[in-house]
Amino acid sequence: MRTDFKIILDWIAPDSRVLDMGCGDGELLDILQKQRKVKGYGLEIEPANIARCIASGVNVIQQDLNQGVDNFGDSSFDTVVMTQALQTVRRPDRLLDDMLRVGKETIITFPNFGYWPIRAYLLTRGRMPVSKTLPYTWYNSPNIHLCTFRDFESLCRRKQIKIINRTVVDHQHRIGIGSKLFPNLLGEVAIYRVAK
Amino acid sequence: MPEQIPENSVGLVSPQSLQFDEPLALVCGRTLDRYELVYETYGQLNEACSNAILICHALSGHHHVAGYHSMDERKPGWWETCVGPGKVIDTNKFFVICPNNLGGCHGSTGPMSINPQTGKNYGPDFPLMTVEDWVNSQKRLMDALNINCWAAVIGGSLGGMQALQWSVDYPEHVRHAVVIASAPKLSAQNIAFNEVARQSILSDPEFHGGCYYEHDTYPRRGLILARMVGHITYLSDDAMHAKFGRDLRTGQFRFGYDIEFQVESYLRHQGEVFSKQFDANTYLLMTKTLDYFDPTRGKEGDLSDVLARAQCEFLVMSFTTDWRFSPERSEEVVDALVASGKDVSYARIEAPQGHDSFLLPIADYLAIFDAYMKRVAQESEELCHAH
Repeated sequence: MRTDFKIILDWIAPDSRVLDMGCGDGELLDILQKQRKVKGYGLEIEPANIARCIASGVNVIQQDLNQGVDNFGDSSFDTVVMTQALQTVRRPDRLLDDMLRVGKETIITFPNFGYWPIRAYLLTRGRMPVSKTLPYTWYNSPNIHLCTFRDFESLCRRKQIKIINRTVVDHQHRIGIGSKLFPNLLGEVAIYRVAK
Repeated sequence: MPEQIPENSVGLVSPQSLQFDEPLALVCGRTLDRYELVYETYGQLNEACSNAILICHALSGHHHVAGYHSMDERKPGWWETCVGPGKVIDTNKFFVICPNNLGGCHGSTGPMSINPQTGKNYGPDFPLMTVEDWVNSQKRLMDALNINCWAAVIGGSLGGMQALQWSVDYPEHVRHAVVIASAPKLSAQNIAFNEVARQSILSDPEFHGGCYYEHDTYPRRGLILARMVGHITYLSDDAMHAKFGRDLRTGQFRFGYDIEFQVESYLRHQGEVFSKQFDANTYLLMTKTLDYFDPTRGKEGDLSDVLARAQCEFLVMSFTTDWRFSPERSEEVVDALVASGKDVSYARIEAPQGHDSFLLPIADYLAIFDAYMKRVAQESEELCHAH
């Protein structure tokens, strides 16, 4: 199992209600259903992913996150999860507000643009970084709002969002001592657990 | 006429029928003492009776879902796209049944049938039906066939409404409900279109207050008009544009009221064909059934409170250009199901064909539907092994 999923699994209580925004093929919800007996729903836009979710027995609702999530009531979920999708939406700040409204708790993971190889790439080549985690070129990338660990912290402070847990994992999705000390430099993927 | 029946078709089929003598109390307050349901079945019921699927038909539908009645039949059943061996509703795995609904004109008891009390056609005296009544009659058919629980109840449009009603009226007898291009109740605009259709029939001089059978005639013009207006609501603006645009039949204006534009020709043809195949009283009745549908009526609470009774899992699908029952209408159902904590998946299929999309081979639609039905099939099989 991916380390970020393992971390998320630890943060989710058994039998809770979980909404996974941008759930992809439903892998995380599938794990959560099997290991935490959660009642889960995924939101997804790609028809092929919707078919995959359904095939693995994951509830999935086709919805464009850029259109908001007004259809979900306040605190109607114990946890709202969003893995690696916040940077792809048009207004991450507004969606973050929505996630905090719909969920009692919110778990977010995103690629840390402050990760040192990304900085080095830009510094040495002078071009938009392309890596395994960020495999796109600037003109076709769905990642339109990349940010760093520090950027996200600053947004949380400005919005007075309570950070319950935070961690980063490296490119092999491991938590190292280095990334604990210098998360913005050595962490490739940031994982946050936040609440209002 | 098929020269050869395709391999993925259920092939030659014939309808069956069952007579029910136990009176059926209807929502309108009246009772049908005796009635007959005509239905078709495809595939084999397994030993545990865990693979039975009920298909509910829409406004102008009937029990002939798939296959051919004879080698002379021009077209197969109305849902040949989805029902057959190896298809989405796989008749190698499922036992599929579809009855013609009460009030229909394809064999089940309806306005054209003889009223045993008078010895004449029911005509306008046939009681108006509701979706609840249909579901109750389908439950009797289910019992007669010794099926305890549907693997799935599936329907598009008005058929989807029956699937929803099943889920709340008989929660322990449905494992999955598939609700396609449907709505939780009609909007004022939907009712308005139905009313135009009804008025065109009711105002036809050949209608004779619904007793046209006795006059050896039928309200042909009224039916044509009703179908023409209905047909417009089944297609999208885009689909009409793509199919006809402003094409003229003869290439130039003729400055008269005969058919000039291709779209006029098409609509008149559709109306003409329909008027020969469909009974006007049935059309009136079924549009009322649509108008009356509202699972929350007479119940406490909103849609999510009512749907809370359901125990099955749901698949809801809509089509982007459907303006008769738009995606937003399906989303009302989805939101209510999520609010009451039901298992539900929802797909809003990108398709230019409008309401009719649910009958058409649209790749994303079939792929998602198929993924769902494969799970239903697997579950049915597991239940059979556990049996």
